Amino acid sequence: MNAMLSRRVVIQTGLAAGGLMLGLRLPGFSPGVAGAATTVPATVAEGFAPNAFIRIDRQGLVTLIMPNAEFGQGIWTSACMLIAEELEVGLDQVTPMAAPPDASAYTDPLLGEQATGGSASIRGDWKRLREAGAVGRTLLIQAAAQQWSVDPGSCSASRAVVTHAASGRTLGYGALVDAAALLPVPTDVPIKEQSAFKLIGTAPRRLDTPPKVDGTAIYGIDVKIPGMGIGTVSACPVKGGKLKSFNEAAARAVKGVRDVVALDDVIAVIGDHMWAAKQGLQAAAAQWDEGPNAATGMKLVIERLDTASKTEGVVAKDEGDVASVIGASVKKLDVVYQLPFLAHAPMEPINTTLHVRPDGADVWVGTQVPVRAQATVAKETGLPIGTVKVHSQIIGGAFGRRLDVDSITQAARIARHVSYPVKLIWTREEDIQHDLYRPYYYDRISAGLDADGKVTGWSHRVTGSSVMARWAPPGMKMDGKLDPDAVEGATETPYRFPAQKTEYVRHEPNEVTTLWWRGVGPTHNVFVVESVIDELAALASKDPVEFRRALLPADDHRTRAVLDLAVEKSGWGSALPTGSGRGVALQVAFGTIMATVAEVVVTAKGEVQVKRVTVALDCGPVVNPDTVKAQVQGGIIFGLTAALYNEITIEKGRVQQSNFHDYRMMRINEAPAIDVHIVHNPTGSIGGIGETGTVAAAPALANAIFAATGRRLRRIPFATGQLNEA
Amino acid sequence: MITVTVNGASHQVDVTEDMPLLWVIRDVIGLSGTKFGCGIAQCGACTVHVSGKPVRSCLYPIGQVGAQPVTTIEAIGQTPTGAKVQQAWLASEVVQCGYCQSGQIMSATALLDVTPSPTDAEIDQAMSGNICRCGTYVRIREAIHQAAEAGAAVGQPG
Repeated sequence: MNAMLSRRVVIQTGLAAGGLMLGLRLPGFSPGVAGAATTVPATVAEGFAPNAFIRIDRQGLVTLIMPNAEFGQGIWTSACMLIAEELEVGLDQVTPMAAPPDASAYTDPLLGEQATGGSASIRGDWKRLREAGAVGRTLLIQAAAQQWSVDPGSCSASRAVVTHAASGRTLGYGALVDAAALLPVPTDVPIKEQSAFKLIGTAPRRLDTPPKVDGTAIYGIDVKIPGMGIGTVSACPVKGGKLKSFNEAAARAVKGVRDVVALDDVIAVIGDHMWAAKQGLQAAAAQWDEGPNAATGMKLVIERLDTASKTEGVVAKDEGDVASVIGASVKKLDVVYQLPFLAHAPMEPINTTLHVRPDGADVWVGTQVPVRAQATVAKETGLPIGTVKVHSQIIGGAFGRRLDVDSITQAARIARHVSYPVKLIWTREEDIQHDLYRPYYYDRISAGLDADGKVTGWSHRVTGSSVMARWAPPGMKMDGKLDPDAVEGATETPYRFPAQKTEYVRHEPNEVTTLWWRGVGPTHNVFVVESVIDELAALASKDPVEFRRALLPADDHRTRAVLDLAVEKSGWGSALPTGSGRGVALQVAFGTIMATVAEVVVTAKGEVQVKRVTVALDCGPVVNPDTVKAQVQGGIIFGLTAALYNEITIEKGRVQQSNFHDYRMMRINEAPAIDVHIVHNPTGSIGGIGETGTVAAAPALANAIFAATGRRLRRIPFATGQLNEA
Repeated sequence: MITVTVNGASHQVDVTEDMPLLWVIRDVIGLSGTKFGCGIAQCGACTVHVSGKPVRSCLYPIGQVGAQPVTTIEAIGQTPTGAKVQQAWLASEVVQCGYCQSGQIMSATALLDVTPSPTDAEIDQAMSGNICRCGTYVRIREAIHQAAEAGAAVGQPG
């Protein structure tokens, strides 16, 4: 932990983009060399740049600068839709481009830094990107009106052309950029009423997908720089250990090996191609001093968590006298829930390409945090930050993994020892064994029921690592003691309890470093809360849906409507064959209300087959309904995968899993049908969608397994023989 | 020197016979559409066709390719089936991050070449070797059915 803390980078603020406006055009639109970044000046000498998001040149080419990273969520398409709607350009007329590291221009309004995560993108962009587009359109119309000496109000814009209807005159945006660039930028421009939307709310084809189906898309791992070497790395398998010895001669004897770079905790072999690097690394046969963690394993990790969970935590919420009311209850529940360490395992293995020179560095990488990426390379190389150019790449899956820059830091430490550009690729084994993991959570819940089966009190104590304390200490609450993410979904639930207490006990493991993982706090807490609600419903002999309805505040019509829709669409209550069951989960997470019904079959051997998942959600205004559905479908699969199969375990201080054979993914033959129903609520507050499906999967599944078998599973993953245990 | 034919073009490569075809394609020939995912034939991201049959190139030694033609994602659209699969993939908006999709499309094309109208069970059988971490399976199934119908509509055998 100390090593990570000392390497933690300071977030740069107010750094002017200046000449560093580098980004990647989507390959399908770029005539350039594969992997080579296209340079766009921040201020356009010949053209129009009314704000950080819009660039229009004299030919009328519209480049939209994307504040968020694209790693499959479809955010570039949706962000372009928001700008294009107001700028009055067609989606076919725009080219999205990754924003450079520039905290002053691209800080996410919800996250407080230039980062992509927390299902925050659309919520942050909904207003600012429409306003950016409206500013651009207003100025271009003004420029045309000035030229024609007419009232701007008598002009209109459509598909990048301004028209003066009375005279029939038209001017394309390209012809207006020079004049528009001279006009003062207005601070307050009206944006459209939703009834006037032409693009928002429709499902146009995604902009990023054509090059992803014909092999022309260039991800970070595909970058080709002239003279580049390709390397692979091996870090000490035990955290805190050091490199003891290695066979450099054997590594260099492998055909195609160029260099061996050995640092205190990692060794890299660089060759003409990945095969040479891999063979060379194997031949190097690194030996390690494993350090103080070499003896520990899961038994100790869990014992420590259990001990910590018996201490009082920092109090996040305390309403009513919980201990007394639970003590006086007719029926009581006192249970422990456990969620394992998890790896992210994005399909694109971790990679960074770097060229470190005496006068600066170029970094080609897919990252969720470009400012941190730039800063860490500057720090590790000693170069002035302004000389470090980050070329953001499209990303083959992130899920929170690329919210940290550990691999970029490592790459910089290695690349500064060679003079040529080097692409460093982690093998899948390195990825699984040197990830930064979702924390292991150990939760204690107590609750009681009165004689009528109504909840009397609810107490939830979360014990686990704080990602926030390491990753963003200013995000901590209560003098740095409370990690708000660790209790998100526990402190606030959809329900109203007569008495409620939520506590957090911070306990850091020595053996691994922890990080955000898709669904963050809610993925953990909604599983616990929705499982326990189900336990209480069973204890009260009530239908799980009825039990939840009764706990909702009377005035919460929005949540009630979502629950009702899921119930209706799933066929809740209709008969199922023996061995089958339905489970429901309800959540308010990332500003989106969602109800999920999972239908499972559990075989006599204890195998779980998920047959069908039905989702109803209310995320307020919908930018692209197909993207909402895709994200929920994918999120459900992601969550089911973890709930059924995934856990990272440690023995002898090292991660036991290494690849997809022992850290396995749900496959197509195991994937359920997933129906997503969106409640029409265009005037509601807007919610995030990237992680909502993942949050819902485990609780809906656990509750369905209970319905099918009567077995309550309080430990994830489920399909590791738990249903065969006595 | 080993001679290998990829997408109709002959290449002379100076590599050892045990080098997996994946790295020859990506790092020596320079076609980056074929992806590295796991290196142990568990995920299918590296799927290419050797003599029209899908193989996991991460474990397929270049020395075993011989005179057999290799087809990658960059050229599969030039076959009638491959083109239909790519079209269906776009029409169904299958793709999210896209990293696994080269392999998915190569596996789906190989399936439809031999089974023009697959059942769900046949799709599961043929596609279960390809992992998608974004969870696009529901749409992959849809797209394969759609491509099969497109093939049937124009009387394509496969």
